[in-house]
Amino acid sequence: MSPEFIQGIVVFVLASFVGFEVIRQVPPTLHTPLMSGANAISGITIVGAIIAAATGSAWVAGILGFLAVTFAMINVVGGFLVTDRMLEMFKKLPGKSR
Amino acid sequence: MTELAYLAAGVLFILGLKGLTSPRTARRGNRLASIGMLLAIVVVVFDLLGLDETMTWGIVIAGVVVGGGIGAFLALRVQMTNMPQLVAAFNGFGGGSSALVAATTVIATNAAMPSETGTTTVLSLVIGAVTLTGSFVAFAKLQGLIGGKPVSIPGGPVTNGVIAAATVAFGVVAVTTNSPSAYWAATALALILGLTAVLPIGGADMPVVISLLNSFSGIAAAMAGFIIGNQALIVGGALVGAAGLILTLDMSVAMNRSIANILFSGFGGAVADEEIGTKPVKRATAEDAAIALSYAERVIVVPGYGLAVAQAQHAVRDLANALEEKGVEVHYAIHPVAGRMPGHMNVLLAEADIPYDLLLDLEQSNPRFSQTDVVLIVGANDVVNPAAKNDEDSPIYGMPILDVDEATTVIVVKRSLSPGFAGIDNPLFYEDGTMMYFADAKVALEDTLAAIGQL
Repeated sequence: MSPEFIQGIVVFVLASFVGFEVIRQVPPTLHTPLMSGANAISGITIVGAIIAAATGSAWVAGILGFLAVTFAMINVVGGFLVTDRMLEMFKKLPGKSR
Repeated sequence: MTELAYLAAGVLFILGLKGLTSPRTARRGNRLASIGMLLAIVVVVFDLLGLDETMTWGIVIAGVVVGGGIGAFLALRVQMTNMPQLVAAFNGFGGGSSALVAATTVIATNAAMPSETGTTTVLSLVIGAVTLTGSFVAFAKLQGLIGGKPVSIPGGPVTNGVIAAATVAFGVVAVTTNSPSAYWAATALALILGLTAVLPIGGADMPVVISLLNSFSGIAAAMAGFIIGNQALIVGGALVGAAGLILTLDMSVAMNRSIANILFSGFGGAVADEEIGTKPVKRATAEDAAIALSYAERVIVVPGYGLAVAQAQHAVRDLANALEEKGVEVHYAIHPVAGRMPGHMNVLLAEADIPYDLLLDLEQSNPRFSQTDVVLIVGANDVVNPAAKNDEDSPIYGMPILDVDEATTVIVVKRSLSPGFAGIDNPLFYEDGTMMYFADAKVALEDTLAAIGQL
């Protein structure tokens, strides 16, 4: 295995543990925004999609690249926006006024 | 330098998720994560601009405009009650994108790859493809395009097992022989597997399915990161994989069923016993409910999927406001699997301006029921079924439930006596302290509010 690949595995395993520890702390009340927000983060595949779309030479590769960017952008833009919309609604009990 | 910029993007993702550990910091967290995403996109564009090659930027720009437009349109237009299907669809797009990235790699190299890259390419293709079709079946079920009931596949779990085994076999062949057609065969089988695996799963098990597909979309992205040697994808993908896995495990604990049982049993939608509905129940009118609620000191509302279907979240809030004006203390008890995705009810109640401090989870609410005068159940059923505690023969025996039967009075708002998703009769309905109020959730809450005004 190449050193880059092994380095990738190291990063993957460590990031998984960090993810596990951080996300364990998310309260149930925020589980839906967590899911849609995490979903937007999985749109990071946009980076690969942009590379694929920009460097594809054959027309098939061009079409696949276009679809990859489109799908990833739906994920990224939609995911972050809808999460923001939801989180905006979460409000604390306003003092003793209620 | 680009490596460091991608690292910064990964750190922003982690900080963003950390923000989500409290409602106070959550919005900022989500914005931090989106800044990380923007950074990663800017970096890759500059990276490509630095290369001395002709790039097909037109394709990139077209994808960004079309995808961004569709995403924004969907995100700004969706109703909160429809959040589960939107998240399911987004999952599908994410997984699909990772699979497409892997596919372009197969084309560009004509499958001549070292076995390690080949392995991650196959994994990205297969996991991404399952996520794509599985998510769209979940979407179609949640949107009501196809029935929410389990659709049985000829051969059942055996068929899925055979397809899964064939997918793995073609994957191994693809990596060992560098054959493009083996890659495509594995992908095609994975696309079919997504359909056949999710079709037999019932609507109320969707929280688990969506969580698992969420995890898959992350893993597919991480695998795509291995293919293109990009740490930001690996970090981001691993984080999402972990998030989805935690939620999946939470959901299966909350149902007291193993993930394998949820995925392969086609649970739910079973034909109900004929004896259901023949036993006598105490019926309540809006006036009965109004009197019970108004003269209570402590009330707990238990919302379920029926509340979402009836769009009754604002009606609940209005009723609660009226009760609070009379000095009644109102809380909300939310079971982890209430609704169609984790946290679904919390978002609906937040939409209706109900402060999150008043929402109690399973552990917080159960000790309170014995000191509660009235429990108002709106569109929930299986999560309050005492058979889960008392009846060893019940299919849901052992599932942690909200112990509403410990309250003095229980008012159940329900359209009819029909059993819940699990097709199981609910002994709670026949108990002495229970009143059944048969009506649409929204109508019932509005009529009760009107009746309170006339007291």
